[in-house]
Amino acid sequence: MPILEYLWIIPLLPLLGSAVNGLLGAKWPNKIVTSVALGSTGLSFACAIEAVREFLGYFAANHQPFRKEFFDWIIAGNFRAGFDLQLDQLTVVMVLVVTGVGFLIHIYATGYMAHEGGYYRFFSYLNLFMFFMLILVLAANFVLLFVGWEGVGLCSYLLIGFYFLKKSAADAGKKAFIVNRIGDFGFMLGMFLLFRAFGSLDFQTVFAKAATWQPDAIGQFGTLTIACLLLFMGATGKSAQLPLYVWLPDAMEGPTPVSALIHAATMVTAGVYVVARSHVLFTLAPMAMYVVAIVGCATAIFAATIGLVQSDIKKVLAYSTVSQLGYMFLACGVGAFGAGIFHLMTHSFFKALLFLSAGSVIHAMGGEQDLWHMGGLASKIKVTFWCMLFGTIAIAGFIPFAGFFSKDAILFAAYQSENSGKALYGVGLLAAIFTSFYMFRLVWLTFGGEKRYDEHHVHVHESPGSMTVPLMILALLSLVGGWFAAPALWGGPNYFVDFLSPVFGNAEVPGGKAAHSLELTLSIVAVLAAGIGLIAAWRMYSGKVVRGTSTGLHKILYNKYYVDELYQAAIVGPLVWLSRNLFWKVVDVGMIDGSVNGIAHGTEEVGDTVRHVQSGNVRSYAVWVIIGAIVILVIIFWPLWRPAFFVTTSGGVR
Amino acid sequence: MTAPLIIFFVLAALAVLGAVSLILQRHPIHSALSLIVVMVALAGLYLLMGAEFVAAVQIIVYGGAIMVLFIFVIMLLNAGLEERTNFSRLATYAGIPLALAVSGLIAAAIVRSGGYLPAPAPSGALTSTKTLSMLLFTEFVYPFELTSFLILVAILGAIVLAQREN
Amino acid sequence: MVPTNYYLILSAILFGLGIVAFVFKRNIITLFMAIELMLNAVNLAFVAFSQSLGKPDGEVFVLFVIVVAAAEAAVGLGIIILTARNRHSLNVERVDLLKL
Repeated sequence: MPILEYLWIIPLLPLLGSAVNGLLGAKWPNKIVTSVALGSTGLSFACAIEAVREFLGYFAANHQPFRKEFFDWIIAGNFRAGFDLQLDQLTVVMVLVVTGVGFLIHIYATGYMAHEGGYYRFFSYLNLFMFFMLILVLAANFVLLFVGWEGVGLCSYLLIGFYFLKKSAADAGKKAFIVNRIGDFGFMLGMFLLFRAFGSLDFQTVFAKAATWQPDAIGQFGTLTIACLLLFMGATGKSAQLPLYVWLPDAMEGPTPVSALIHAATMVTAGVYVVARSHVLFTLAPMAMYVVAIVGCATAIFAATIGLVQSDIKKVLAYSTVSQLGYMFLACGVGAFGAGIFHLMTHSFFKALLFLSAGSVIHAMGGEQDLWHMGGLASKIKVTFWCMLFGTIAIAGFIPFAGFFSKDAILFAAYQSENSGKALYGVGLLAAIFTSFYMFRLVWLTFGGEKRYDEHHVHVHESPGSMTVPLMILALLSLVGGWFAAPALWGGPNYFVDFLSPVFGNAEVPGGKAAHSLELTLSIVAVLAAGIGLIAAWRMYSGKVVRGTSTGLHKILYNKYYVDELYQAAIVGPLVWLSRNLFWKVVDVGMIDGSVNGIAHGTEEVGDTVRHVQSGNVRSYAVWVIIGAIVILVIIFWPLWRPAFFVTTSGGVR
Repeated sequence: MTAPLIIFFVLAALAVLGAVSLILQRHPIHSALSLIVVMVALAGLYLLMGAEFVAAVQIIVYGGAIMVLFIFVIMLLNAGLEERTNFSRLATYAGIPLALAVSGLIAAAIVRSGGYLPAPAPSGALTSTKTLSMLLFTEFVYPFELTSFLILVAILGAIVLAQREN
Repeated sequence: MVPTNYYLILSAILFGLGIVAFVFKRNIITLFMAIELMLNAVNLAFVAFSQSLGKPDGEVFVLFVIVVAAAEAAVGLGIIILTARNRHSLNVERVDLLKL
């Protein structure tokens, strides 16, 4: 069956599942809801695989991306934005990650949420998210991409605030949506600028036209640079980079499968996807690339430092996500788009794994999330322990796990970059040390040492199969996921970068042998860095640990550098004050209500005054009649009384 | 100063004085008598203009019938001196200025358009009753019939109004 | 020869005086008389135009005005009699039932 002709089936299936569950699922038993949700997602995954298979054949024959216009959506003058879907190598990677990892997380969620209220609602939202995310990655123009962009923001809000009766959850959902919106503002401005420059928002058209432009020089803020910076502003919002990352840690209020799917594997990667997709534009705007690299690197180290001291298991992972996203942007910023996408893929494997394992731990501990109340769980929940360990080794970047290859590729590319590449490399390496440290700290505090919880209140038990099986699959992927993309250095096929080369045009590593030895050196340094982190964590957190008091630097890090408080005081507070005192009291109540009420009041007043004309007195009526007569006289005789007339006919003509 | 002009000014003064007297008198019967003076003066003016039939009709109908009717009604109702009420401030303050405005506007219109009226026919020329009646029964026969209808309606109205409440 | 304008201005003056009388007098019958005065002023204007233009049409119209005035006076005075009997007063300012 030619799936490519019906490419829309891939996003449509989850949408149908969402609609069915949302509209009808309230009365259904969990089993039916589960089958609808898993069925739609699984079918979508199967269709995606089939579509990829067909695409490979198509590409071998035609050597260009597959693009199909399904219907015209917006036609305004010369501008056309249609429901156009496209499939090229980049989209293939994204679609497989979204549907594949998404499917695994769906399976996990059936076990995790089994005893929660609103089961059908959860899966309805989750499927809706899948729909929007697939639209986002399959879109062939910026407008449709933006639809998906906004849609995933909406689903993020819905899912973060899933426990809507809890104020902190509802607030977190609001915060996510609003901060996202700020980024979206930049994204939209970027789109407008692109439309103005190129007359269209189709990827094909825009990128083809842009390729004919002269690149902007470093330091020059030409149209392309500004457009790219605005698009990147949207990406900072969606992918939680500085300064718009503040929503992601709060988003941990949502159920753990949500954190895994949306805030680790897929939605937050949308920003990276957009930057990668627009690489034609970015490569022509070196200033923008530089900004992207700097922001990515800064975010990586910033979030890593905060993650060093957090006590909530999910918050550690959240800051870790922010940090790893910084790595992806760093890669894009130095031009290694392929490496960035590679890290996106491997990150989705091991981050989802880490989150799901954390969820398994929380489930085992009956809802406990504080690291200082765990400990010594390794023997009790073995499967979870080993899966989490696999994920931790992967993220730290030990060979031969997946994280090693992707992170190494990024650091290598950064080192070679012309614009302060060495500095970027140094910071990135430091962040890698921190990453390894806090991840192993997490593992030891949770699973190692002695238990710091009360066994009478908490009955630790392993999670059901629906949860552990996806964990194991993801653990396997975290191990082998990097192999088919290992660079030639390690004797790997370098399949991944080659695969993406039609999109990114990446050449083979320049420099030949010398570059190879450099790469080898850097890889060894990276592994050593990870090792430093591991040993430091082992020294500090294995065995008996006591929680100290938080002072000085620790306190600053623990309180996330007080960024939230800063935003509240500097931006949110004044804005709310302004809204309340100016826009509400003055504009809304005073002007709008005032004018409406004022008109009514004025009419009343006028009526009250005019009614005195009806006095019942004949004499005054007579006066009004005479006034009317005078008016008529004036109207009729006006030409006669004009002064000009008087001048010309003084005395009159007899 | 020709004779017609002198006669005109005398009659005009008489008419104006009569009208002013109508306003200033306090008893309605005195006002009615002043109005009769005005009508007689006007009849004289009509004669001066050569409209003999109209002058006669003015005296007979207006002076002899309508004003008599007025006087009878005043006597019937035993009208006394006018009450000195004043409920309308608007009328008090706006009355005279408005009247001045009306007559001023009309006068100004007359003066300004002075050149458009042809010269009057030489005095002494009388319009004969024959020409009037010719007009009345040929060109104006339709209004003529309607006025007869109008008189009929007035008679009926008067009878209806005079009936007692039964 | 008396210029036509003189007659017309006299007519205007009489009309104005009629308005003053109508506005300032309080006896209903006097009001009626003021109306008659105004009608007379108009008649004068008609005749003056008739003479100046040389056509007798104006005079015919005066006849009609007089007839209408007579009819109106008759019926009006009948109404006045009834009103005066009902309200026991000839003061027009006492007839104010339509007051808002």
